[in-house]
Amino acid sequence: MKMLSGWGRFPKVECRVVRARTQEDVRQAVLEAPLIARGNGRAYGDAALNPGLTLDMTGMDRMRSFENGVLVAEAGVLLGDIIQAFLPRGWFPMVTPGTKLVSLGGAIAADVHGKNHHIDGSFRTCVDWIDLMGPDGTVTRTKQGDALFDWTLGGMGLTGVILRAQIRLRRVETSWIVQESVALTSLTDTIAAFEGAMDAPYSVAWINCSAGKTHGHSILLKGRHALPQDLPMDRTEFDLGRPGKTPVPFGLPFLFKGAALRTINSIYWRLQRRKAGRAVVDWDSYFYPLDGLANWNKLYGRHGFVQFQCALPKDTAEAGLAEIMEAIAASGQGSVLSVLKRLGSQSGPFSFPMEGYTLAMDFPTNKRSLALMERLDTITMAHKGRFYLAKDARMPKAVAQADPRAADFAAMRKQAGMAERFTSVQSRRLGL
Amino acid sequence: MSRPILILGAASDMARAVARSFAAEGHPIQLAARNVSRLAEDASDLRTRFGVEVTVHEFDALATDSHKAFVEALPTLPAVAVCAVGTMGTQSESEADPLAAAQVMRANFEGPASILAHLANAMEARGAGTLVGISSVAGDRGRASNYVYGSAKAGFTAFLSGLRNRLANKGVHVVTVLPGFVNTAMLDGIDTPAPLTAEPEEVGAAIVKAVKRNTNVIYTRPIWRLVMAVIRNIPEPVFKKTSI
Repeated sequence: MKMLSGWGRFPKVECRVVRARTQEDVRQAVLEAPLIARGNGRAYGDAALNPGLTLDMTGMDRMRSFENGVLVAEAGVLLGDIIQAFLPRGWFPMVTPGTKLVSLGGAIAADVHGKNHHIDGSFRTCVDWIDLMGPDGTVTRTKQGDALFDWTLGGMGLTGVILRAQIRLRRVETSWIVQESVALTSLTDTIAAFEGAMDAPYSVAWINCSAGKTHGHSILLKGRHALPQDLPMDRTEFDLGRPGKTPVPFGLPFLFKGAALRTINSIYWRLQRRKAGRAVVDWDSYFYPLDGLANWNKLYGRHGFVQFQCALPKDTAEAGLAEIMEAIAASGQGSVLSVLKRLGSQSGPFSFPMEGYTLAMDFPTNKRSLALMERLDTITMAHKGRFYLAKDARMPKAVAQADPRAADFAAMRKQAGMAERFTSVQSRRLGL
Repeated sequence: MSRPILILGAASDMARAVARSFAAEGHPIQLAARNVSRLAEDASDLRTRFGVEVTVHEFDALATDSHKAFVEALPTLPAVAVCAVGTMGTQSESEADPLAAAQVMRANFEGPASILAHLANAMEARGAGTLVGISSVAGDRGRASNYVYGSAKAGFTAFLSGLRNRLANKGVHVVTVLPGFVNTAMLDGIDTPAPLTAEPEEVGAAIVKAVKRNTNVIYTRPIWRLVMAVIRNIPEPVFKKTSI
């Protein structure tokens, strides 16, 4: 038995863990007990926790073949491994979330999205097929167009164990990003700026959701892959850099509340405003600024933190976001990392993204922030929004079931015999 | 780089990590283990990730009669040979059945020593090479909980030390690796203290570094040097009453 948690370190659950190294190991586990597969533990909440049996897939991390940007790899391979292997050869993941430490299986199960969702859609865009082990231990190769494929993208590992997949990478001419940053002073301006940046390949904004003078101020970052001619003379086209990591030795939970939080957010905005403009930055700090701090999740102290991430449809987004930000300011709570992103049209039937906006915030785990998040649930539902399962650790069942797709998913799982073999703390909490 | 690296006992978690660490530096890799078919996926992984040449070779550590022929049949004599052969066995089984104990001793001492002896002779004749033996801190002092495994590793550690001494002036270097706890299949289901438990990747990186620098003995996590110094120095009258 092992104490496990998601990246948010809440909740912590005692789980029996079996590590799979081969397809045969997976089959034995599937036939032995109901389980959930777990990759690198980057889902924030309880999506990859199951006390009876949690199947650790990190031992299945082999790459099988690579030709002209098409990679076949096992589920435990990390996006970072893929970058390490193929960026020097001029290839980069088509879609990447804010951490490179996510496994391929996890990226598929959560159908992750990145800063380019408004143009390229979610992770499923680059997935050709998936080898999935079903409840009876047989392997199905499911492709774009299959119903099973649709349920698996965003299905949080509840349709079977993802063994391997074929994905397509993107051709890049350098490892650098041309970044343009703009400092904005209100939600309205930020949304207008996003709408004006629909042709930027990448876009994302940090927004100040805490109370105080700089409430609603934001920094919008646009980016594109640099061409050789964009680079200063002294830079080589492909520079992987050193995967240097600064460890976080202890928690500093007092930074995430009250005056300290307001001060940090306000100083951050001012500093970023001063740096606004065009810059050529390396791929790692552009896409994965937090990966440089090993275990940054420990900063929140021993109770961990909870992330709240919702998506709101385009027509209700501004009103909904304003209400959410007001509720946060009124509660006296706040988040250091509040990320706003314009989403493109929905590409997967069971995936999180929808045409509109998504807002993600981290709160230290405590009674007040849990109460605040229930308030945010209500606002999100009132504006026809939805919630990201990869981040969720606390949603009540009724909130999850407000999304009509949840009941369809549960019925499909029951009918296909998946419900009795694949189960997680999250799937039971939400009735999936 | 064209210096090939031979990994003996290549199917284990630790060996896989060691092979990756060398392949990442551009070395061609020779993977050797029993049932070569098990190595096919790892071989494609190394080729795909690092674009290096990989060959697989049938190798049985316990079939010591075959070791001479195994070395002769290698496409090229490797620049570096890493022996990751070994098995923990089950202490209770080893106690109840001395024949089972003998198998553990053969797999951790006789087999590894035999293959390294053949490679040592070939490297000595060439006048260059590095041999890496993965032994264990369990060999530093016999303990009730795993002394059969520990005694074989103690023998292997002594063998490596003697081999290093013999070849010191012959251009062949010997590295002894004492990994401590490593998060591999060997420890599946065993709880070990996190600060003392290394990931296989750390062992791989440490071995590559030790080979480059001609280090003699490495503990992957430096804390183990201290831990084992304490354990070795507990007086026997006290030690025999402990259960560590």
